[in-house]
Amino acid sequence: MRNEILGAGGELLKGREYRGLTKIDGSLAYVRNTHPVGYNELVEVITPGGRRRLGQVLDTSDDIVCVQVFDGTDGLNMPDTRLHFLGEPMTLAVSEQMLGRVMDGLGRPRDGGGDPQGREERDVNGSAINPTSREYPRDFIQTGVSVIDGMMTLIQGQKLPIFSGNGLPHNELAAQIARQAKVRGDKGDFAIVFAAMGVKYDVAKYFIDSFEETGVLSNVALFLSLADEPSIEKTITPRTALTLAEHLAFDCGKHVLVIMTDMTNYCESLREIGTMRGEIPSRKGYPGYLYSNLAELYERSGKIAGRPGSITQLPILTMPNDDISHPIPDLTGYITEGQIVFDRSLNGRGVYPPVGVLPSLSRLMKDGIGEGMTRADHPHLSNQLYASYSKVQDVKNLASVIGEEELGEVDQLYLKFGDFFENRFLNQRFDEDRSIEETLDLAWEALSILPPEELQRLTDEEIQEHYKG
Amino acid sequence: MQDRIIGQVKRVNGPVLQVKGVTDAAMMELVHVGEGRIVGEVVKLSGTTATVQVYEDATMIAPGDNVYGSGMSLSVTLAPGLIGNIYDGIQRPLEELRKLSGDFIGRGIEASAVDESKTWPYKPVAKVGDTLCAGQVIGTVQETDRIVHKIMLPSSYEGEWTLSWAAAEGQYTVGEVVAKLIQGGREVSLTMVQRHPIRVPRPVKERLALDVPLVTGLRVIDSLFPLAKGGTVAIPGGFGTGKTMTQHSIAQWCDADIIVYIGCGERGNEMTDVLREFPHLTDPRTGRSLMERTILIANTSNMPVSAREASIYTGITMAEYYRDMGYDVAIMADSTSRWAEALRELSGRMEEMPAEEGFPAYLATRIAQFYERAGHVRTLCGEEGSVSVIGAVSPPGGDFSEPVTQHTKRFVRCFWGLDRSLASARHYPAISWLDSYSEYATHLAPWWDERSQGRWSGNRTKILDLLQKETRLQQIVKLVGADALPDSQSFILEVCSLFKNAFLQQNAFDEIDRYCSPEKQVAMMDLIISYWELGSEAIAKGVPMVKVRRLGVVQDMARMRFNIANDQVDQVERLQAKLQRSMLQLGGLYEE
Repeated sequence: MRNEILGAGGELLKGREYRGLTKIDGSLAYVRNTHPVGYNELVEVITPGGRRRLGQVLDTSDDIVCVQVFDGTDGLNMPDTRLHFLGEPMTLAVSEQMLGRVMDGLGRPRDGGGDPQGREERDVNGSAINPTSREYPRDFIQTGVSVIDGMMTLIQGQKLPIFSGNGLPHNELAAQIARQAKVRGDKGDFAIVFAAMGVKYDVAKYFIDSFEETGVLSNVALFLSLADEPSIEKTITPRTALTLAEHLAFDCGKHVLVIMTDMTNYCESLREIGTMRGEIPSRKGYPGYLYSNLAELYERSGKIAGRPGSITQLPILTMPNDDISHPIPDLTGYITEGQIVFDRSLNGRGVYPPVGVLPSLSRLMKDGIGEGMTRADHPHLSNQLYASYSKVQDVKNLASVIGEEELGEVDQLYLKFGDFFENRFLNQRFDEDRSIEETLDLAWEALSILPPEELQRLTDEEIQEHYKG
Repeated sequence: MQDRIIGQVKRVNGPVLQVKGVTDAAMMELVHVGEGRIVGEVVKLSGTTATVQVYEDATMIAPGDNVYGSGMSLSVTLAPGLIGNIYDGIQRPLEELRKLSGDFIGRGIEASAVDESKTWPYKPVAKVGDTLCAGQVIGTVQETDRIVHKIMLPSSYEGEWTLSWAAAEGQYTVGEVVAKLIQGGREVSLTMVQRHPIRVPRPVKERLALDVPLVTGLRVIDSLFPLAKGGTVAIPGGFGTGKTMTQHSIAQWCDADIIVYIGCGERGNEMTDVLREFPHLTDPRTGRSLMERTILIANTSNMPVSAREASIYTGITMAEYYRDMGYDVAIMADSTSRWAEALRELSGRMEEMPAEEGFPAYLATRIAQFYERAGHVRTLCGEEGSVSVIGAVSPPGGDFSEPVTQHTKRFVRCFWGLDRSLASARHYPAISWLDSYSEYATHLAPWWDERSQGRWSGNRTKILDLLQKETRLQQIVKLVGADALPDSQSFILEVCSLFKNAFLQQNAFDEIDRYCSPEKQVAMMDLIISYWELGSEAIAKGVPMVKVRRLGVVQDMARMRFNIANDQVDQVERLQAKLQRSMLQLGGLYEE
């Protein structure tokens, strides 16, 4: 039964090989009577035609072993398929050479170039960063997008997802942030790691072109697992990408921005595999471990004390049916440090970026803004913008009942403020890069429409200094 | 040490293993799997098969690997040196792990929970010849400047023991023998270390009534929905509503002697924040660093799920240990939903039949068992101590009808519901005055009334009533606009708006506002109630509402939470006098 195989040079290969499967079900292959196989062990699946695919052990026992095949089980048959257990977990041989390259979800080249893998083998599942080793992120990243810089500031080492919907310009915003993001006063080395799960080819192409135009492509590593590729590969793609990101950040000292799109596809793949294995589902059929599983990805960001680099994550997810309480955005929101939520009605009115301000949030901004970081009035100012814009919604509701003409004087001003806020502050061009000072001054211009008594979140001194009455 | 092999791995499915050939394993026994010595626990026994859940990543565990028994159940180490430390879910010290395995947590590493080489100043209390029972004090150690750590006879020692030898006062490490005891001719040696299984509550002499508040310095909590020392509370809220911020604030400012903060399945950066921030913050009552009263447990969301399940038991066992010395301990569990989800995940892996939303049927029992470990008690050594539990709940989609929130509500007596619309308007703490309640309010009223010349309960009822009225009025305003209301009703809106801005909201980053002393709370509430009463009188006399709200003193009231420090409560009283003068003047103008 067991047949140890020899390599081309006659050396004994790691692990053992078996011919013949017991069962094939979707992308899962089952084999009986093996030697003791480790959980999560990497497997090479050799098709009857001699092609090699990769797989991973999902469930192991002394009787039967279940292997998920990353490139799908198409073309496998029961008697002639061979499984080669490699005796080690799935690894990625990371190297800086991966920058500027386009790879598949497992780190194999798909741009026609040579194999970019290096010598440093890393377990793609990573390990948890010890909380005592982390450095609390507080460096402000200027994205040049007013609503983000002013009201939901991105911090180096943060994980801040974009909650979007189908047909909304999340790709444009992500590309704009990737292009414009900078830490002021810091000339540190930067890199972008881009993981695409189940997106269409033209979306991937859009990002590649966008990076090319701005001349940063040589600092970008792309891992693509496109829509028509086996769903199982999509579950490994972000892990591969983050393994490289960790190497670039914590070994090479780069500031890495990781863009992952689309997390919804990733979760769908998990559900597909879970269901196929007959697992007990929890909410909406998603596996019970979805939270832990997403956390394994999102928590691979941050800064480590004593090491120069950082990983900032910008995951994109499309909310199914624009429902923010759907398990995917819901669980994501519980793990990430805030969220940028898109609003379809703003998009309909031609506002770009269509960020629904009220449900959006950056949890880390409190420690990264203010005197010495952005500007002294920033914390109160952003607080006031939220409070006043929230009032605009109340006034709008009232106006829809009694009519705008019937509104009181102050309420009229709120409507005017709302217009200015949406059309001037929020709205900006796709290639417009505003400095933080421009953003904050614009915010003051908006708030100056309101009488100073309405600005209760700001101090008298701040009003005196900046109010444009 | 671990050479007793209890069986071999049969099947691996994530963190749940089947072990075959088992004859002498015990339920809940601590085991080590494979040559990597991965820590696990026996959770099910059936014939010669055991189910083991492992507390670390199961990668490369294979069928046939040996499983080693330890002969004891999953326990925590209780000894001087716990305070100021940070642990993972099974009490491994993270600082030590960092020294052993670097910035990323490796597998199969073990480290002692307390520093075994450090010496402590030990003072014997019991004398040779004394008769001792479990829980009685043998000696003391000054653990931090304000915590005297009592070395007690472990609860596993049944019956009466006679002290046959006591160490002299001096410096000892935790592992050195400090006392010897005799019972029925059998002599045993005691060190400062005891171990206690995490799933078993520590015994107490009796439970006492809950009549002292846990003062948190957050006005909406202390004045409207107070928590008693020894009480239980749930804080449910969707993401971004400020659960963690509220927990941090309470951990910083509440008047417990010891805080056990459990980050259960939450973000790594949040724990780092606590870890970096607390040593620099001072306790408002003692002026000492907050870290000198805090124990942290960090089992972040990407650390193994079974250790997450264990983390809240680890935390509460340590809390009970300090309670037994006579301290008031507050335990923050952020978040119990992650713990419940860990139960669900493990239950699913064990292929148990699920109940509601995939949670196991025993979810409610487990929640009840956890919250019942809170309480205000007389300890075995005769002291009074308490454990208060503050559990955050993260309901999916912010929907409070889901099983974890609903079951939790059955076993807690205080409920601070967080409201998304308040959070969106950046009204923090976003504790809703409509959903929240505290069953402790009546028990605690005497304590508060004593400090407010009997006015606290009355004021509280008045303000809650006003807030209810305001909600109804807001419905009308939505239809016809605020201008359509008569002045007497507009004034309710006005007072509530002031109350929300000047009292309910609190800025956690403001030097003064982040902590509000009970005296200042009482004075502020008094002042706002006076404004309501005097203002209503004036309006009844015909004074227009606009005139009342334009009084200069109203602006002072709006800013008093920032401008008046906790030790200047007399300034609030001065505002009270100013308010009365202004109202009198205003009333005078309209007298005729």
